[in-house]
Amino acid sequence: MKSVWDWILDHQLALAIVKAIVWILPIFVVMPLTIWLERRLLGWMQDRLGPNRVGPFGLLQPVADGAKLFFKEEILPKGIDLLSYILAPAIMLIPPLTIGAVVPFAAPNSPLAILTPVSDINVGVLYVMAMSSIGAYGLVLAGYSGNNKYSLMGGLRASAQLISYELAMGTSIACVAMAVGTLKVSSIVSAQQTSFYGIPNVWIHNWTIFSPFGFLAFVIFLICMVAETNRPPFDLPEAENELVAGYHTEYSSMKFASFYMGEYLGMLVFGTVLASLFLGGYDFLPIDWKMMALHNSGTAPFANFMERITIDFGPVFLLAKAVGLVVFYIWIRATLPRLRYDQLMNLGWKVLLPAATGNLILISAWIVTTTQYGVGAGWGLVFAVFVIAAIVVTLYRRQKKQTSPQFEARTIRMVQLKPHVEEAVDQGSDPTNAEVVPS
Amino acid sequence: MIVGKTLREEQGMMPKVFGQYVGILAMLLIAVIIGAVMVTGSWLFGPKKVSSYKNAAYECGVEPVGNARERFPIKFYLVGILFILFDIEVIFLWSWISIFKHATPAFQKFTFFEFITYMSTWIISYLYVIRVGAIDWDETVSLDSSKLTHMSPIQESELEPIGVTN
Amino acid sequence: MNLLVFAVLASAAVLAALGVILSKSAIRSALSLVLNFMLLAILYFTLHSETLGVLQVVVYTGAIMVLFLFVIMLLSTQGNINLTESRDVKKIVGGLAGISLAALIGVQIYLPLASVPAPQFHAPQPIGPSYGAPEPLGLALFTRYGYPFETVSLLLMIGIVGSIMLAKRRVR
Repeated sequence: MKSVWDWILDHQLALAIVKAIVWILPIFVVMPLTIWLERRLLGWMQDRLGPNRVGPFGLLQPVADGAKLFFKEEILPKGIDLLSYILAPAIMLIPPLTIGAVVPFAAPNSPLAILTPVSDINVGVLYVMAMSSIGAYGLVLAGYSGNNKYSLMGGLRASAQLISYELAMGTSIACVAMAVGTLKVSSIVSAQQTSFYGIPNVWIHNWTIFSPFGFLAFVIFLICMVAETNRPPFDLPEAENELVAGYHTEYSSMKFASFYMGEYLGMLVFGTVLASLFLGGYDFLPIDWKMMALHNSGTAPFANFMERITIDFGPVFLLAKAVGLVVFYIWIRATLPRLRYDQLMNLGWKVLLPAATGNLILISAWIVTTTQYGVGAGWGLVFAVFVIAAIVVTLYRRQKKQTSPQFEARTIRMVQLKPHVEEAVDQGSDPTNAEVVPS
Repeated sequence: MIVGKTLREEQGMMPKVFGQYVGILAMLLIAVIIGAVMVTGSWLFGPKKVSSYKNAAYECGVEPVGNARERFPIKFYLVGILFILFDIEVIFLWSWISIFKHATPAFQKFTFFEFITYMSTWIISYLYVIRVGAIDWDETVSLDSSKLTHMSPIQESELEPIGVTN
Repeated sequence: MNLLVFAVLASAAVLAALGVILSKSAIRSALSLVLNFMLLAILYFTLHSETLGVLQVVVYTGAIMVLFLFVIMLLSTQGNINLTESRDVKKIVGGLAGISLAALIGVQIYLPLASVPAPQFHAPQPIGPSYGAPEPLGLALFTRYGYPFETVSLLLMIGIVGSIMLAKRRVR
């Protein structure tokens, strides 16, 4: 056993393959569980049972589904472009399986440290961006390959959505990278294990999400991530009531399964990326247990135990954060209705992109101000910007309220209004206190 | 858990034939293998019974009309090219982002104003894109009052009063 | 070992580049180009310039080639279009233009290369940890090349305005 391990260590390629397998295998084990979790949770939220027959609590349902799909007939529909038809599902699997290469799953002082991250390149966050952009090919090719209008529309919608949200996502990642001062994911994670806001002797960890900039970047990244993985409420590419199944309408058996797998793997892997960038990565809780034991000697045994657990079970906590994120995904799927396409584009281009860019400029201003004039000036700047933004938003909304009617044209035409209300609507005044008669 | 400290020390002595990229290569390799298995799996295991109805393109039970690969709105192309331009604009900043925090105060001050100048053109072009409505998807349904008043005289005469949507 | 990796990647890249020219369908051509760009990125990685490799993927593979695919789909190639023409003046003119372009590029490449002394084969230099990192690039871009950097933003602005002008039929 020892000798085999030595051989692996001597051969970098072998070590890299072992590292890659160690990263991919747990994700592959958890992925069917998240499928099961989604179906059960959705069932519970919609007051029905969900799959509960195969295995205990229906846990083996995804396995059974996978096995079934493996032995299903593969249909090659008429008029397909064979090369892109075959390539598309394979490409869909590449981003979720490779993004994890830069994500560390164990602390540098844990016994697993030698296995992680798989590849600690110094442009880690850019690598995440690069790999996630490859997913667009899967969508475009899947849409193009089938001789089917639904597929084409779905593929186009999906790729336009992907690239639109990638802008805001990249900028929000840039915010984190700028605040930490590195593009290395492992450095970003370890920077979050330092003390809160750099204040000495505090036993809270400095997770990115705790700072105002970090929180804004977190919200933007979260929304973009939902859009990148084509999940509800951003699932326009596969909107069932418009496009059948969108870009994978023409796919069957294992090829369909790989789209499905890619989606869930993507959720999990993006979850680990989000956890690494904003939620302390493999850190269990944002608490420095050693410092806590120093501050309060009564808690020392408990703190030491927690410290041990935090170091030894880092991968478990990272995965748990990712699964927690999947639960969030499922929750918003059960809560929010699907967006219209213009709403989707407006959200991406007119809300998230300027917010992320403003955040980036603000962070750079914060860094300059704090190094030139001290932390107090930095907070003053943040406060001033906040006040100005609040004033501008208030003025804008007031102006909008005055100039435009409250209802959308669509909503107004759906109901029959009394003549004087119609008149009021057409003149752009507020019709809300007028009487509305449903048709 | 077998991995001890001694082994980690050994890693430092290893000859560095490859850089860090070898991990990415390994991961790409595994991804490609898994993708290939997924794509060919059901071709190997599944039954093969070909019939012309089964192989028709899915069109909700109707005969497909014409070729699906038709022309599509130029909006998608516009979104694509705007994405490229804005993306490249941010990409020029990435290298600076990595050094800005830990640089000397003088460098920070200088490059901050450089950055603001750079971003000002970003803001101008962004405002232009929004103003022109390059990414307004559906121009008929909008909260913009000018569009509403513009379309209402045309539609008012044509539409039935009840249950007509646009 | 590194040489072997290089040889495999480089030959694959050349094959992909040949695929760009030789394949009949436009979409396959574009896909070969994507593959070529990916292999180039990996080649940059093997040369330890990670920033360049990743930026190659972000810009060319992730953005520009997606647009290429969009354009190919926009032009709606109904099946494979036969691109070869039997007898045409265009062929001769194109051939002449190609030869002159090749000569131009060759001169551009050859003249700087001629002044470079022949490589002395010695033991490879050890590479520092910051080699290929984004930090030196940022330093150079914001100090020495500050002026071109600012000009780039203007260029991109012109690009944005121009593309909107071309794509939108009617500008409000």
